[in-house]
Amino acid sequence: MRQTTKAAVKFTAAALAGAAAMASFAMNAHAQKTTEQGIQEYRDMLADGNPAELVELRGEDLWTKPQGPKNASLEKCDLGSGPGKLEGAVATLPRFFGDAGKVMDVETRLVHCMVTLQGRDVAEITKKPYSGTGEKPTELESLVAYIYAQSRGAKIKVPQSHPEELASRARGEKIFFYRGGPYDFSCASCHATDDQRIRLQGLPNLTKPEPAQAAFAAWPAYRVSQGAVRSMQWRMYDCFRQQRFPELKYGSQASIDLITYLGVKAEGGTMQATSLKR
Amino acid sequence: MRKIFQYSASLVLFALLGACANTDSKPVVAEPTSEEINAILMASFMEKGQAKMDRVIQTELQKACSAAETTPGGLPDAKRTALQDAALAAVKYPADGKYLGDWKAGEKVAQTGVGFQFSDKAGSEAGGNCYACHQLAPQELSYGNIGPSLQQYGKLRGDSEEIMKYTWAKIWNSHAYNACSNMPRFGAEGILTETQLKDVMALLMSPESPVNK
Repeated sequence: MRQTTKAAVKFTAAALAGAAAMASFAMNAHAQKTTEQGIQEYRDMLADGNPAELVELRGEDLWTKPQGPKNASLEKCDLGSGPGKLEGAVATLPRFFGDAGKVMDVETRLVHCMVTLQGRDVAEITKKPYSGTGEKPTELESLVAYIYAQSRGAKIKVPQSHPEELASRARGEKIFFYRGGPYDFSCASCHATDDQRIRLQGLPNLTKPEPAQAAFAAWPAYRVSQGAVRSMQWRMYDCFRQQRFPELKYGSQASIDLITYLGVKAEGGTMQATSLKR
Repeated sequence: MRKIFQYSASLVLFALLGACANTDSKPVVAEPTSEEINAILMASFMEKGQAKMDRVIQTELQKACSAAETTPGGLPDAKRTALQDAALAAVKYPADGKYLGDWKAGEKVAQTGVGFQFSDKAGSEAGGNCYACHQLAPQELSYGNIGPSLQQYGKLRGDSEEIMKYTWAKIWNSHAYNACSNMPRFGAEGILTETQLKDVMALLMSPESPVNK
């Protein structure tokens, strides 16, 4: 798909978005007929033309484009596998980075590269990490889509060798079970029991390896209902919004710790991102 | 020369064994303290709209239930009883003694899930979002299963004063009967108004309600 022209991708995406709307309508008609089955059919329909590919292409342009005070591209960014080596990299993050002295997930590491290689300002980069309804994908969303696309098929192995990596996972577990806010919700309120649903939406039990693998492998995802690529940082941010917490900061320690907790649990899974979600 | 080779070979072997031993023994890390977690959470969130930073600070009940989920043995019995008793003692029953409002309005409350998110308008009336977790009216097929099915709730239990009072208290503060329940404290936390609570009560109890058909 990456070899095809952008125009062709755009056309396929638009045609399939129409088909998706019809598919979701048909799904409503058979609400009960195995919801999961319906969703799977719908995903299969779109599998050949995931609109995320448009965003990945945009990300590729941004990755190679010299920018910032240093007028440099991101091609030498080291995501843990060596400068510029993207293949399989995201399947081993979060991990400890000696040059930064801390554990970083994909998105914090990307921002780190933009700061160190391009000389840009963190506040400027992370001012608006997520696109709004109907808006173009943000720079971060585009870059993240491109970076993850290079690891499709890679085995998940988030390291637990450095003491900081162990500490991050341990904190992540505590935060996962941390109840708070006016509704008393924690991550575990929805994600620590098998076969649970909110309305008809299945909720993965993220304390178990298999559902954790599926979840870790699937993000970032193209959310059809929002017409946008949503990243793992966004996933955390939006869960906390629904938990009635204040806003989770982009690249915050809590977000990294939770992603580490999930990633370690997900060991052995196979990266699918950018996947397709309702 | 050969000796040196043998020597270095055994060094390599030693190093390899050492590496294996390292991966075999499971690395341990100190359990994070609650002060550490609190500090990280305070630094990781920022207030937005109606969601201020005080929401990150745990109540005694939230703290006890979070700890119970990551501690072998769970919540100690004495603590469980104390939390439940305190919750039950603070329940406010309807001032006019009337438990039941309008089941149709109650159905709307049960269907609506907005309220208290930073993306919601501050001060706007919140929903109860009952269908997110419970089955209620048989006509609504899109219901969750985090809580038990409430279909036929009133029909199965009758409308004795005891049942009315129990149901009201359960919705007001679910922790009155289950210390670490997942259900929000709709009355105690001011999520629903007294009128809304009565309407939800009618949805559950009224013989006319589709829940009891």
